Amino acid sequence: MADISAPAATPFRLSMLLYDRRYRSMTIQVFVFILVMAFAWWLVGNTIQNLRVMGKDFDFGFLGQRAGYDIPSPPIPYTSDDTHLRATIVGLLNTVIVSVLGCIAATVLGITVGVARLSNNWLFARLMTIYVEMFRNIPLLLWILIVYAIFTEVLPPPNAYRGEDPAASMILFDNVALTNRYTAIPTLGMTNNPGDLDLGYRILINWAVIAFAVVLIGGWFLRKAVLANAQKVQDATGDRPVTWWKNLAIMTVPSLLLIWYFGLHLVPPELKGFNFAGGLNVQNGFVALWLALTLYTGAFIAEIVRAGILAVSKGQSEAAFALGLKPNWTMNLVILPQALRVIIPPLISQYLNLTKNSSLAIAVGYMDLRGTLGGTTLNQTGRELEAIVLMMLIYLALSLIISGAMNVYNNRVKLKER
Amino acid sequence: MKKSVLLGTVAATAAFIGGAAMAAEGDTLKAVKARGELICGVNTGLVGFAAPDASGNWAGFDVAICKAVAAAVLGDPAKVKYVPTTGQTRFTALSSGEVDVLARNSTYTFSRDTDLKLDFIGVNYYDGQGFMVRKDLGVTSAKELDGATICIQTGTTTELNLADYFKANNMSYQPVNIDSNAEGEQQYMAGACDAYTTDASGLAATRAAFADPENHIILPEIISKEPLAPAVRHGDNNWGDIVRWTLNALIAAEEYGVTSANIEELATNSENPEVQRLLGASDDLGKMIGLDKDWAKNAIKASGNYGEIFAKTIGEETPIGLARGLNAQWTQGGLLYAPPFR
Repeated sequence: MADISAPAATPFRLSMLLYDRRYRSMTIQVFVFILVMAFAWWLVGNTIQNLRVMGKDFDFGFLGQRAGYDIPSPPIPYTSDDTHLRATIVGLLNTVIVSVLGCIAATVLGITVGVARLSNNWLFARLMTIYVEMFRNIPLLLWILIVYAIFTEVLPPPNAYRGEDPAASMILFDNVALTNRYTAIPTLGMTNNPGDLDLGYRILINWAVIAFAVVLIGGWFLRKAVLANAQKVQDATGDRPVTWWKNLAIMTVPSLLLIWYFGLHLVPPELKGFNFAGGLNVQNGFVALWLALTLYTGAFIAEIVRAGILAVSKGQSEAAFALGLKPNWTMNLVILPQALRVIIPPLISQYLNLTKNSSLAIAVGYMDLRGTLGGTTLNQTGRELEAIVLMMLIYLALSLIISGAMNVYNNRVKLKER
Repeated sequence: MKKSVLLGTVAATAAFIGGAAMAAEGDTLKAVKARGELICGVNTGLVGFAAPDASGNWAGFDVAICKAVAAAVLGDPAKVKYVPTTGQTRFTALSSGEVDVLARNSTYTFSRDTDLKLDFIGVNYYDGQGFMVRKDLGVTSAKELDGATICIQTGTTTELNLADYFKANNMSYQPVNIDSNAEGEQQYMAGACDAYTTDASGLAATRAAFADPENHIILPEIISKEPLAPAVRHGDNNWGDIVRWTLNALIAAEEYGVTSANIEELATNSENPEVQRLLGASDDLGKMIGLDKDWAKNAIKASGNYGEIFAKTIGEETPIGLARGLNAQWTQGGLLYAPPFR
């Protein structure tokens, strides 16, 4: 009886932790883990001890104190009587606003440039290369500062618009004034204002905004229903009913009715006293930051898009041409959907970079999270550790939310194996 | 700006890892003597108060305090390393141990003295917050600034005073937050703000550096009390005493007529017992604070007494042209009053 039994289990000896390959990696991991934890423990312990020696405590109570400083053009109602917490939220909203707008603009710009770099037009492609290399290879802070400096030094001050024969004049039918402080744009006025919805915490949303949101979202679903119905008719009869006028009506008529009902109109800015009033003054710091972030990140996205397109094998476009698809159809229906799978993951990092880079706002006086919580609040209260820790946590949460949302999208477009 | 972000973070981290331990030892004097150099936190550049001159040597009213302390402690006014700090980084630089003394036109307030764990050692300039505007704006009073855009240094008491002042007067304004005086100057000159607000002395100093100072006026309203005081870390009382009494020595010297010109002479043959004690001719006051007998003499010799320093750096003979006002001796109707040297 040839007994091929398992070799007798060697009894476990302590030296096997080091010499037996089965246990060694475990040993190393446990050892490194203990080292890391010891370092963290030392760091925290040291901090606590030093704080105690300095007579400082670790306390977030300062967030409830009166802030006492003003923030230009806050997105939610804010005065100097509000708390540091509210100032922090204003800063966070400012960060979110510039990041979202920056991501959108950078994506549009990046895709356009990325595609254009592959253009057969020699001059056009080279110009795009110059743009990409210029913006990719110069630090972002310099771009922010130069854009801001151009705004400040080149554009006229508001009082240049004053008088019978002003040195500067408003553009776009007297609706927009470019100044070295802000761009004054018209706001929307309503003759039939429905009032505000108070979400609590003095965050107000106008009912008209809600009405428009409902109409647009409803219209979106209605449009989907119309298209599904058309598909059904087409499947059943072979004839696709004409849908474009239905869709157009669904998307526009209710909105037009709302505009008529609320009496929506543009209120152009007017020079009153030192500054333009009545309209909306978009701070130059914001525009400079947004523009620089867009141009800078757009250059990186362009490279990602170009790489994504080049990753789609040439046979795909040749096959599409052979089928008689026009070049732009080839791009939209064949190349881009496949390229997206390569593009999305690095695109997520670019969005995260843009969001974190927005903390350079401090350079142009745009009061983002770094400007409020990490700037003035930190300085006025002297709570460096608390403010920095809180700011790190907020940026971390923001980044995780962005990458989480983008990963959901990535899962939808990535190659599905069936 | 990037620097301030970095400095702030680094300094904050350092404060809690290494620097704080040093601060807590409470022996700044020993550290300065061992180093052979005083590290003094100053403004990044405010002509008259602290700015490097054409050959790169720091000079000014606040710098003179640094020199006096270095002379008192080390016997040599040149043994100072100047660390430029912004409104945002200054207190972190001090509490982290990056600087020994902060002589950077900083306002003495309750919360800074208590909550920020600083010790202000006495006022070296009684100031107040004012506004500067272009003459052609046609504004003659701060009350006419409703709706104006105002440049303001972030992280300062002036930022809070500005908010309070406009609220109290039921006026609105648009703040433009800037990080340093140089940036404020640039924004103001470009017309990005209608008015620039900071301490009146700072406005005068800034205006003096303009190509056309005559086209700018400082509005008459002074909207706050800004007692500017050098600061040290809380907890090291001996070091605090040294800096406090160095400043007092400069003030007392003016009161008793001790100048850099006659100090040697007075040190040997002054009849005034107060002057004898001050200059170490009779009692050895220096020993009580761990310094040489000549400490006050050295401090006064560094750049002269308080009056001489004032006249040389920011006085009426200089382009900055500040009058003594509140900063005159108590015998002249001002607020300067050094306690007795006894």
